[in-house]
Amino acid sequence: MIDGVVDRIAGLGRGALAVVASLGRASMFLWGALAGVPRPSVGLPLLVRQLYTVGVLSLAIVVVSGLFIGMVLALQGYSILSDFGSESAIGQMIALTLLRELGPVVTALLFAGRAGSALTAEIGLMKATEQLSSMEMMGVDPLRRVIAPRLWAGFISMPVLALIFSVVGIWGGMLVGVQWLGVFEGSYWGNMQASVAFLDDVVNGLVKSLVFGFVCTWIAVYQGYDCVPTSAGISSATTRTVVYSSLAVLGLDFVLTAVMFGSF
Amino acid sequence: MAQRTTEIMVGLFILAGGAALLVLALQVSGLTFKPGGETYAVSAYFNDAGGLAPRSRVSMAGVTVGRIREVTLDQETFQARVVIDIEAGYDSIPADSSAIIRTSGLLGEQYIDISPGADLESLADGDTFYETQSALNIERVISNFASGQGGE
Repeated sequence: MIDGVVDRIAGLGRGALAVVASLGRASMFLWGALAGVPRPSVGLPLLVRQLYTVGVLSLAIVVVSGLFIGMVLALQGYSILSDFGSESAIGQMIALTLLRELGPVVTALLFAGRAGSALTAEIGLMKATEQLSSMEMMGVDPLRRVIAPRLWAGFISMPVLALIFSVVGIWGGMLVGVQWLGVFEGSYWGNMQASVAFLDDVVNGLVKSLVFGFVCTWIAVYQGYDCVPTSAGISSATTRTVVYSSLAVLGLDFVLTAVMFGSF
Repeated sequence: MAQRTTEIMVGLFILAGGAALLVLALQVSGLTFKPGGETYAVSAYFNDAGGLAPRSRVSMAGVTVGRIREVTLDQETFQARVVIDIEAGYDSIPADSSAIIRTSGLLGEQYIDISPGADLESLADGDTFYETQSALNIERVISNFASGQGGE
C-alpha cells in the first residue's frame, strides 16, 4: 500500500525531472546554435537556402488560407452586423480580428504543420543516418552549420508570413464584403483606418508573430535534434513538434493578448 | 544558377513582407507621415465625454478637420478635458464656435462636431471652446423619461 504510493510519487518526480532536463537541454541547444556568429560568406548562403524552404515554400498555403479566412470573416461578420444595421463596421472587424489574433495565430499553426514538421523530420533523419555525427568528426559544429540557419530562417520568415496573411485576408474580406455583399468601399476602409492603430494593433500583432516564430522553430529543430534516431523516433518527434508548437502558440497567445490588450 | 534563383525568390519574399507592412501601415491603420507642427491644439470641457477616445474624429459640417489627442479629467471642476488637434489648414474657425459630441449612426463611434459661431476672431493654439454640449447618454434620456422628469 505505502510502497504503491511511494512509487507513484517517485514516478511523478521522475517525470518532472525529465521535463526540467529536457528544458535545460533545449536551452543549452539554443545557446549553442545562436551564440557564435558565423562568417557572412559561409552563413549567408545557408540562411538563404533555409529561408527559401521555410519561408518561400510556405507562402502558398499562407496566402490561400489568408484569402479564405478573410472571405469567411466577411460573410460571417456581414450576417451578424447587418442585424444591427451596422454592416459598414465590417472592415474594422475583419482588420482587427486578423491583425490581433488570426494573422499571427493561424500563420503559426500553419507554419508548425508545414515547415516545423519538415524541419524536425529533416534533422531527425540527419541524426538517424549519422550525418550530424560525421560533421562533428570533421570538426564542423552541426549546431552552427545545420541548426542555426534553420532557426534564423524561422525567426525571419514567421513575421513576414503573418504580415502577408493579414494583408491577403483583408483583401479577401474586401472582395466578399465590398464586391459581393455591397458594403460601401469608403466605409470599409474608413472605419478600418479610424479603429486600427499602428502601434497598438499592427506592431503588437508583429510582436506576437515574432514570439510564435521563435517558439515554433525552436521546438521543431530541438525535437529533430533530440529525437530517438530510429524511424519510429522520427515519426513521434514530428508529431510532438506539431502538438507542442500548436499548444505553445495557443497558450502564449492568451498570455500575450492579456498583456497587450488586457487593460482597457 | 539554382542558388541565384533561390536568392531571387527569397529577396522577393522579404520584399513582399515589407510591402505588406507598408500596406498595413498606410492603407489599414491610416498612418500618415506628416511632420509635427502641422496642427494646433484647442481644448474643450465636457460634463460627460461619453465614449470619446484619443484619435477619435473631429469634424465640421461632416468634414474631418482634426483628431482628439487626449481625454483627461480636470481635478478642479471634475469635467472631462478634451484636447483636440486641428489641422493647421483650418485656421479660420470662429472663436465662439461650440463643440458637440455626436454619435455616427445608432451604434457607431462618438466624435466631436464643431458648430461654427459668428465671431470674427479665430480659434488659435491653446484656446478653449466655451460652449460645449456633452454626449447624449441614451440610458439617461430613457430613465429621465421613465421617471417623468423628461419635461424639466
